[in-house]
Amino acid sequence: MKKIIIALSVIAFAVPALVQAQRVVCKIKGSDTCLPLSQKEAEVYMQKNPGSSISVVGGGSGVGLAALLSGTTDIAQSSRKMKLDEKIKLQDAGKAFKEVIIAYDALAVVVNPANKVNQLTREQLEDIFTGKVTNWKEVGGDDMKIIAYSRESSSGTFEFFKEHVLNKKNFATTALLMPATGAIVQSVSQTAGAIGYIGLAYINKDVKALKVSYDQGKTYVAPAVETAKNKTYPITRPLYYYYLTSIEKTVKPYVDFILSADGQKIVHEEGYVPIK
Amino acid sequence: MKKYRRISEKVAVGILFSSSTVTTITVLFIILFLFREGLGIFNSRPVENNYEIVVNQDNPINQLSARHLKDIFNQDITNWKTLGGNNDSIILLTISEIGNYYSEEELGANFEYLPQRINDFVQQHTGVFAYISKAYITGNFRWKIIPVHKISVGEFLTGQQWYPTASPVALYGVLPLILGTLWVTLGAIALALPIGLVTAIYMAEVAGNRFRNILKPVIELLSGIPSVVYGFFGLVVLVPLIQKTFNLPVGETALAGSVILAIMALPTIITITEDALRTTPVSLKEASLALGASKWQTIRRVIIPHSISGITAAAILGIGRAVGETMAVLMVTGNASVIPSSFLQPVRTIPATIAAELGEAPFGSTHFKALFALGIILFIITFVFNSLVELVKAKR
Repeated sequence: MKKIIIALSVIAFAVPALVQAQRVVCKIKGSDTCLPLSQKEAEVYMQKNPGSSISVVGGGSGVGLAALLSGTTDIAQSSRKMKLDEKIKLQDAGKAFKEVIIAYDALAVVVNPANKVNQLTREQLEDIFTGKVTNWKEVGGDDMKIIAYSRESSSGTFEFFKEHVLNKKNFATTALLMPATGAIVQSVSQTAGAIGYIGLAYINKDVKALKVSYDQGKTYVAPAVETAKNKTYPITRPLYYYYLTSIEKTVKPYVDFILSADGQKIVHEEGYVPIK
Repeated sequence: MKKYRRISEKVAVGILFSSSTVTTITVLFIILFLFREGLGIFNSRPVENNYEIVVNQDNPINQLSARHLKDIFNQDITNWKTLGGNNDSIILLTISEIGNYYSEEELGANFEYLPQRINDFVQQHTGVFAYISKAYITGNFRWKIIPVHKISVGEFLTGQQWYPTASPVALYGVLPLILGTLWVTLGAIALALPIGLVTAIYMAEVAGNRFRNILKPVIELLSGIPSVVYGFFGLVVLVPLIQKTFNLPVGETALAGSVILAIMALPTIITITEDALRTTPVSLKEASLALGASKWQTIRRVIIPHSISGITAAAILGIGRAVGETMAVLMVTGNASVIPSSFLQPVRTIPATIAAELGEAPFGSTHFKALFALGIILFIITFVFNSLVELVKAKR
């Protein structure tokens, strides 16, 4: 009887202690691309670890990193690497930080299924979206006007595409700007000369994803979770978490959870590319 | 007893007075806020805060227009010769690219040598075009700053390119947006007004009571549908239809926006017009009929002239709905900021621009102020429409 009481009391003390170690209270701010993923991860984590409270807000990568500097967020989620000038600002403030890649996100370039073009080089994509090439016959297709669809300029995806595919050049003013990825899929599926870019998870049978070459046409790679994972598909970007080293202890259990097999399963389910 | 009544009457008057005062003050406050934020645009520069454009000190170029700056960044202009300078290719330098030219050791562990390195780089390369923070232009630098002017009213109103994210210098030309808004609105009114008028006359004068009792609630139901539903309907049904009918490369056009807006404005126009038509006294109608006028003559010569002010009000309220409508238009017009030359081209309207861009514009930035300035323009457009109605009414 005594033994049972002792065992029970040990359990009674030990269990809350274990739970307490996993309890995370933190704020996450930044990229809208990471937003759905962070929300889902936080939701599952809070379910598994009662007492945790993780709040996730968007606003854009730049907003998140600025909040990290001003101390108004614990974790900055970002769909781009921290810029040199942001690093300098943190350094000047005497703050050391950690960078963790939580997942990858791949962008697929899509056209109407009736289009006979199957592959494009990065240079051709740049010419199409900056307005230098305006007819499909110039890139090996039918004689048909090219209609370029882009996301609105407020989107992080817009920035990424501009930086990595357009080589930082500005989009043509004639590009049609759509308010959501779903609208791009809809428009591309019903416009014969359309071309647009969407996240991997949005590809369906109504649009055709193009193979892309980043070595002047030597090798073309089709977008897929596999090719994004082994880094052969070029339009892939890592998604980052940034946090200050001084609060590493508080946020570590949550970050470890995302990197665990369970966390990466959620990454896959949400349409992103797992890191392993 | 009498005393109580007097008090309660005073209270009622007080409530009426204070609520109308609060409403007026709120409206004035909002307009004041709009103008304060919006006019701030003319006091800001179209580059990032604290950023400057610098070139080598031997470069003969002293001035560059926003358009040229954009072309240089797009690498459409790659030689200073094009701009009237030396025959020297342009070397772009931004803070994130300095790492391509110097190793981490050369920049220092804490970037303490960074200003020095930038200084060296700009001095050693005659063709350099650097876009960097003021913080690195320290002490004894020997290079030249290309001045970036504040945005002027003329530039803002007549600029033909709306490009708030262009780097390094954003282009804020609202002409394509104003014209886009006007095209879509006028198209919507041209479609909605005749249809609305005819339907209202039919409902008020011709239709039997039973039919009217079915038709009226159905039309009023139209105004209860959320605009995003109209937008989605437009994108999925109307846009492909327009594309096929006119054999266009793209269906997202001003026309699609006009049609959707016309459908959305119809309930307003029909309801108000019908109410106006019904205010015609029966004695007038009967007098006309008694004089031997036919039903159509009565409608044309008696009923419409009598209720013209109500019909004008309906038209204006319809325009009001069309000018400010955001979500439906955002989804079907394609939002390319080009100056439209026909109804079969994509356009970008002012409300769509504000809705799409305000989310990411940092609070207080030039872009943020520019969007508020767009709000002022929208305000002025509606204000002009409203004044026109008053004028028409006063003349009668």
